[in-house]
Amino acid sequence: MSDLTTVGKKITKRDAPLKVTGGALYIQDMKIPGMLYGGILYGQYAHAKILKLDTTRAERLPGVMAVITAADVPNDFRFGIMKDNPPLKGGRVRSTRDEIAAVAAVSAEIAAAALELIEVEYEELPGIFDPLEAMKEGAPLVHEEMKSNILKMPWKLVCGDVEAAKKESAYVVSDTFRTQWVTHCCLGTSGCIAVFDTGNNLTMYSNTQIPSLAQNDYIEALAAFGLKGRRVRIIQCTIGGGFGSKLDTYAYEYIAILLAMKTRKPVKFIFSREEEFFATSPRQCSITKISQGCDKDGRLTFREVEMVLDNGAYTSWGATTPSVMMMPISSLYKVPNIKYVAQCVYTNNTYSQAMRGYGNPQATFAIESSLDQLAEKAGLDPYELRFRNANEPGELTPQNFQITSCGMKECMAEVVKRLDWKGKKGNGNGRGVGMASLIHVGGGARVYKSDGCGTIIKMDDRGKVDVMTGATEIGQGSETVIAQIVAEVLGVNIDDINVINNDTDVCPWDVGAHASRTTFVAGNSALGAAQKIREKMLAVAAQNMGEAPASMDIKNGVVFSMQDKEKSMPLSKVLRKVHYSPGGKMFTAEHFYDPPNENFNKEFKGNLSVSYAYGVHGVEVEVDRETGQVKILNYIAAHDVGKAINPMLLEGQIYGGGLMGIGYALGETMIYEKGHLKNGNFLDYKMPTAKDVPPVQAVIVETDEQAGPFGAKGIGEPGLVPTAPAIANAIYDAVGVRIRDLPITPEKVLRALQEKAQADTGRSGA
Amino acid sequence: MKREITFKLNNEERKVEVDPGWTLLYVLREVLELTGTKEGCGYGECGACTVIIDGRSVNSCLYPILEAEGRAVTTIEGLRAASGELHPLQRAFVNEGAVQCGFCTAGMIMSAKALIDENEKPTEDDIKDNIAGNLCRCTGYVQIIDAIKTAAGGGRT
Repeated sequence: MSDLTTVGKKITKRDAPLKVTGGALYIQDMKIPGMLYGGILYGQYAHAKILKLDTTRAERLPGVMAVITAADVPNDFRFGIMKDNPPLKGGRVRSTRDEIAAVAAVSAEIAAAALELIEVEYEELPGIFDPLEAMKEGAPLVHEEMKSNILKMPWKLVCGDVEAAKKESAYVVSDTFRTQWVTHCCLGTSGCIAVFDTGNNLTMYSNTQIPSLAQNDYIEALAAFGLKGRRVRIIQCTIGGGFGSKLDTYAYEYIAILLAMKTRKPVKFIFSREEEFFATSPRQCSITKISQGCDKDGRLTFREVEMVLDNGAYTSWGATTPSVMMMPISSLYKVPNIKYVAQCVYTNNTYSQAMRGYGNPQATFAIESSLDQLAEKAGLDPYELRFRNANEPGELTPQNFQITSCGMKECMAEVVKRLDWKGKKGNGNGRGVGMASLIHVGGGARVYKSDGCGTIIKMDDRGKVDVMTGATEIGQGSETVIAQIVAEVLGVNIDDINVINNDTDVCPWDVGAHASRTTFVAGNSALGAAQKIREKMLAVAAQNMGEAPASMDIKNGVVFSMQDKEKSMPLSKVLRKVHYSPGGKMFTAEHFYDPPNENFNKEFKGNLSVSYAYGVHGVEVEVDRETGQVKILNYIAAHDVGKAINPMLLEGQIYGGGLMGIGYALGETMIYEKGHLKNGNFLDYKMPTAKDVPPVQAVIVETDEQAGPFGAKGIGEPGLVPTAPAIANAIYDAVGVRIRDLPITPEKVLRALQEKAQADTGRSGA
Repeated sequence: MKREITFKLNNEERKVEVDPGWTLLYVLREVLELTGTKEGCGYGECGACTVIIDGRSVNSCLYPILEAEGRAVTTIEGLRAASGELHPLQRAFVNEGAVQCGFCTAGMIMSAKALIDENEKPTEDDIKDNIAGNLCRCTGYVQIIDAIKTAAGGGRT
């Protein structure tokens, strides 16, 4: 593939010029004539009866066009995967983010003033905030009509015989690890504009990362609202960050639809930063009990994991993160016997959503921390234990994943070399090194019935190419990567390619920007469409030039014979000739690519992805014993990406994921007290700044995945998956303390150091 | 009560009727429809609204519009040359992969401009200090720092 002209090159991001000049239009920047501004009133209690809700004064405020409450939601409509979430809550609030009333007004200021005029009286009820408490018999019920707070979503994976393996293991370790709520912190807050036409068809200006699924959600909602069979069009504005936060629809979107229906005017919602913190759904927090064992040679024998997830008061994708947690639990390293159970429990806390990695970071934190404990017990270097058990191409994992390409050992070698692992490990001088690996889906993920993406390509008379793709651009660069793939196949300049990716009226179906699938799935879809249109063009060009199609090629927009270089014609000329001949035609092609991966069977087994992405992170830290501060001295992130279609954009995914992972490891946490968020702003929520950037190397390992477009696999999520355990392991190497709950704050490190000092004194005194 | 104020915006003299309670950001976005400057938080913590006033980078979401009287304000829309050519910082952000979702980009570039206008050879620490008030969730800042270094080094990328 040495003669590639566009793929594999550092091509600048196609939307970057617009973004650096301030020209890109985000939902914040959109205005529609006659547009109203919406606002939402949230309940003030984590659990309370609503005794009185009086909107009269708000309705009378000049400029207010509509006020709605639960009484205005037709047919008891509820959304979310368990259909347990009404867009406006009546009678009772179950979390502090419960929406109880909404207004539409001629300005944002009047909308805000109207919310102040709504009178509410509550009777506070006892809440339940600890999932372990909520699981107990007799615990207060979050949803009184349900018999238990435990969701009817039994996650259970059993492979082999864990009990037998335990008995045969030479070394076994067990421990419990906890992870916290963290939030996406998209710089652009959430928002939408709902617009109805005269036929009651809905257009939604949106920043969703799942246009086709959101369209389906709205169609369902319209049916419930008395508008069955109406059309829904979604137009995505430039999206100010996604990271999973826009993978589900939210109450505000349904509220916008209801207000637009009621007022017959476009209604816009834009979240304040405060709302963005408390009213969007964070990463699922977790409590994980894990046991792992190995034989006397350091071969892993079993892995047993029990997990409890705080579901919050309603259900979104957070409750399904165990489906991804299973992947590292069953298939990170070679482990023959696996048992995993997870329970999601309703509480009066916030409810969780997808966030980059989708459960994988939580599970990998437990697995990789525990693995270091096992290495110590077995008397092995943690790297040695990992290397002996590393995944390899050709494996069939216990969960029935078919491993095709796998560069885990190569990534490990990069980390060991670049970190000087052997020189730095175990020096015990307050500096230490740690590593952790990852597996993630790299070739789509069949979590819905379809994992597909469509592409339509249209050529004009001048050799310009319009590519209509289902793939969503959320900043990651899908638009550029798709343009590169099409340019490469068609043999045209990338500047001649126009990618249209933001309108469901034009763009084919796609399951969304999730599961690190876009380059692989949308890339293969674009590749297929480009190949089809190339064949059509070559066929007519060959006919015109008296050549066989197989002997023709296109480069730089010129069609030529490979036998006789004299025979050539600009592509644009070929296109015009065909168009303006009798019975003329224009070229279009479409291709829908649905990867040959499998839904899980009832036992949660099946080849979820066509290929799997691997990576190994290594880190050197320095721990200040006086303050508990952890400083990252060196960070190596080595990733098996199949093939880097655009190394610069790919490195951007690794750097961005890595720092998000560092935030997860060392600082970020949403502090909830009895259901109330205490640090919902950028001052108190410690998202990393430029000053938190350590010396970092993004290392690309190419393994040429046969099923990938030009050999590529996914890279969107992997960058943050192994970060926290790599850092936790390095801290242990530096100062001998194991932090089991994230984030690893200086307070926790200091406390652990003090406890260790006391224990050491106790031991030496005995 | 509206008041008229006069200030220089992107090298043009502007007269604007303002409500004394408005911020500069509000006037830029809602009155003058220069939406390149973004609001990420509205309380001066994210830097997305950064503009340059008399050579200094400022969070326009906290800046009272009346304070702008007689001052020179530069926003992202004022950075390109009259020919349409990108400013070296803009070019470097494009070429170094410093842009992902782009919501922080305008503010980031304006902070960086204030820095390199004053300090032609900033160190990596200078750059990090300078943009510490500009949050970015996508990039991990690495390529942003590279872009600022490149632009400061003469802008040849």
